[in-house]
Amino acid sequence: MIALLLRDLRLATRAGGGFGLGLVFFLIVVVLVPFGVGPETAILSKIASGILWVAALLAALLSLDRIFALDFEDGALTLIATAPIPLEAVGLAKATAHWLTTGLPLTIAAPILGVLLQLPVSGYSFVALTLLLGTPALSMIGTFGAALTVGIRRGGLLLSLLVLPLYIPTLIFGAEAARRGTAGLDATTPLFMLGGITAGCIALLPFATAAVLRINLR
Amino acid sequence: MSLWEYANPKKFMGWTGPVLPWAFGAAGICLVGGLFWGFFLTPDDYRQGSTVKIIYLHVPAALMAINAWMMMLVASLIWLIRRHHVSALAAKAAAPVGITMTMIALMTGAIWGQPMWGTYWAWDPRLTSFLILFLFYLGYMALWAAIDDPDTAADLTSVLCMVGSVFALLSRYAVNFWNQGLHQGASLSLDKEENVSDVFFFPLLVCIAGFVLLFVALVLLRTRTEIRARRVRALQIREVRK
Repeated sequence: MIALLLRDLRLATRAGGGFGLGLVFFLIVVVLVPFGVGPETAILSKIASGILWVAALLAALLSLDRIFALDFEDGALTLIATAPIPLEAVGLAKATAHWLTTGLPLTIAAPILGVLLQLPVSGYSFVALTLLLGTPALSMIGTFGAALTVGIRRGGLLLSLLVLPLYIPTLIFGAEAARRGTAGLDATTPLFMLGGITAGCIALLPFATAAVLRINLR
Repeated sequence: MSLWEYANPKKFMGWTGPVLPWAFGAAGICLVGGLFWGFFLTPDDYRQGSTVKIIYLHVPAALMAINAWMMMLVASLIWLIRRHHVSALAAKAAAPVGITMTMIALMTGAIWGQPMWGTYWAWDPRLTSFLILFLFYLGYMALWAAIDDPDTAADLTSVLCMVGSVFALLSRYAVNFWNQGLHQGASLSLDKEENVSDVFFFPLLVCIAGFVLLFVALVLLRTRTEIRARRVRALQIREVRK
């Protein structure tokens, strides 16, 4: 399982792996927002934590179809499926690799990009914390979606259509926790709910992912 | 003689054929009767005037939108566990009916909302949950359409329906948390004190019955079509093999 994880990390960080793309996309979306809503500081600092969450979510979405599609196309996925590790563990390893190469860099980049959006000083730690808690859920849900659409040619748009509604609870609690924390209010309820969603996804979605992979590999 | 005998496609086609005209007829009577009764034979509400009468379309459509998804969930489970094709096709058939009910609920809600709340749309928990449900339906239908092999499609969409149901439920409560909205509380419960007054309640029941019957009739019709389509496909494959 560790071997699979390391393999995916190495593949993602090499040339053609798409490692930096998610970060660049994050930057571009954050730059676009002030052009869309106007440069007024008051407005931007109100919506900053929400924009960072939505942009991180969209950036995480970009690298999802890489998770299984490349392996599926050259037959490696069939080999991995016949390996002596459970397919559920494969799903978990792939999700972890996605998180380490996309979710975690986005979490680190978010407070830096918050400067561009006039994020209030109290918001930096909360945006980072909520993204840290929430991006594993995004990776796991995305891995399930990727497994679902792995056999479909040009399945990227369908993947987005399927995964984005599944992302909504994570987004609601994450952005709400960030917003409340930034405003100095008590953010424990949404933080706990966010943690709960992440824990639940990590515990249960590998089984759904494995079931769907088995169907697609038939 | 168990219920599962009717999972046989031939038996299914056999009993739905004669039942279908009756189902449509009953649906038509309940709908036309209920709507006529509700729109024209009930007094105007002292507060909401005559706009409240859109309740006869809005509430049954909303109820069916949710129930359609539940039916799809049960049918998906039956497919996954017992591998009855009729069940998988019934789930596939119910999705467009369900999404239409969702759209009717959203649009009649918007039409009602304008005179009532002064706005066509508000990010109220119930409206938002319905919008999310709409997206789930779209995803389900898109997945069916994207996969060539019918059995693989049935399997994948069944898993999506199950995972989607969990997330839909989660979203409902997340959205409630996100915005304590302006939609009125449950007014149709059988045990609570604050009920919609009786004069409006009975035509509403008839309309609900009409929508349920319409849903059943439409899903039976569409499932029959899906079964026929499957037969055509089998014949085509046999032709190619010759």
